[in-house]
Amino acid sequence: MTADRDELHAWVDGRLDGERLRRFEQRLDADPALRAEAQAWRSQTEALKGLARDVLDEPLPERLTAAAQGIAPGRRTANAPGREAAASADAVRRARDPRLWLAAATLAALAWTAGWISHARFAPPGASLARTAPPEFVRDAVAAHVVYAPEVRHPVEVAATQHEHLVQWLSKRLGAPLTVPSLDARGWSLVGGRLLPGADGARAQFMYQDASGARLTLYVADAGGLSGDTAFRFDSDGRIAAFYWIDGRFGYTLSAQTDRATLLALAEEVYRQLTRASPAPA
Amino acid sequence: MSPAHDALIVLIPRLRRYARVLCADAASADDLVQDTLERACERLAQWRSGSDLRAWSFAIMHNLFVSETRRPRYRLEVAADAAPGDATFDPGASWAAAHDLERALRALPLAQRQALLLVAFEDMSYDQVATVMGVPLGTVMSRLSRARSRLRQLLDPDAGGAPRAAPRLRLLK
Repeated sequence: MTADRDELHAWVDGRLDGERLRRFEQRLDADPALRAEAQAWRSQTEALKGLARDVLDEPLPERLTAAAQGIAPGRRTANAPGREAAASADAVRRARDPRLWLAAATLAALAWTAGWISHARFAPPGASLARTAPPEFVRDAVAAHVVYAPEVRHPVEVAATQHEHLVQWLSKRLGAPLTVPSLDARGWSLVGGRLLPGADGARAQFMYQDASGARLTLYVADAGGLSGDTAFRFDSDGRIAAFYWIDGRFGYTLSAQTDRATLLALAEEVYRQLTRASPAPA
Repeated sequence: MSPAHDALIVLIPRLRRYARVLCADAASADDLVQDTLERACERLAQWRSGSDLRAWSFAIMHNLFVSETRRPRYRLEVAADAAPGDATFDPGASWAAAHDLERALRALPLAQRQALLLVAFEDMSYDQVATVMGVPLGTVMSRLSRARSRLRQLLDPDAGGAPRAAPRLRLLK
């Protein structure tokens, strides 16, 4: 009933008092399911109130105080922006818009992945030992690498400066403690990580970068029904090279635009650190 | 400088915070705030002194945001960058909870997200939200209901007995 619904919101938002409050509390006492929902909504609202609260205390950027005073904005032209200047500024902003770029990258990823799959499928028998089509998580890992490795503004969702938070959060979402290998000694520093969707649950992507700006990603996915531990397997479409393996619950894919030997050395290092962190149960 | 300009400056932190949760990153959010302030200054003559400047400004931001969403400019869907000063965040668990909450918020349809944020962040009355969004009060209330139900499902897919027969949309799990 609409009146009920409105009272429910008003209760959640703390906007009931006196007789209305008393009456609605009685309704809640009589209806445990309603009370459960009301309480869930209220705690959700409390959490929302806490979001981004630190923004309120940040110093005001000069460009915003200027804009509030009606002063010609510095972002466009110093003079009153003519239509042409404004239009070209907009064009620049649009051209820099990472969403357009992301759309293009996604298309590239699809094309690349398609090539990568057909490459795997149609590779001549005996081209490498025991070549089999890689599991689905490897395909996703390579696609995710193609999409995010070139990202300038948002390569990761949570930066390496928040290492602890990153690991705890992704561990929680994947449902098992994760370890993030350190590759600093090999010249690759952690950029951060992101959570990605998968067919059978959440997946994690960790990104590393070397001094030249090249990017390496480690993709962690629930291996699902795939049985047992596997050796390293390699695949490449000629541009993106990937080593993948399954260890316990998870399948791992290490991807980069690099040669096989370099990537193998890194994969071995990653594997070593992961098994050291969580030794296989006897 | 007129009192209206002063009042706009006072509103900046609130506008920024709201934009920060709507947009993907701090720079896009400040772009949105700047566009809002510029638009507000251009139209200051239309603002009736004594009426609610906050609701008026948020309505401008709302309209800008909705029109720009069709012509993407502010980057909406990707989760936010780690802002500077994040090192002072609460320890682990609550950080993860806040991060999940922001992600779930972004999964809500825009109209639902805005209704919920105007109420929860800005503590606006339901009538003010209706004014800002330019819709009837009943529409605000039903958006609020859908937003709250869906947010609950997104954050806790196992929460039993969601009383509404809304489709169970599961974000990532």
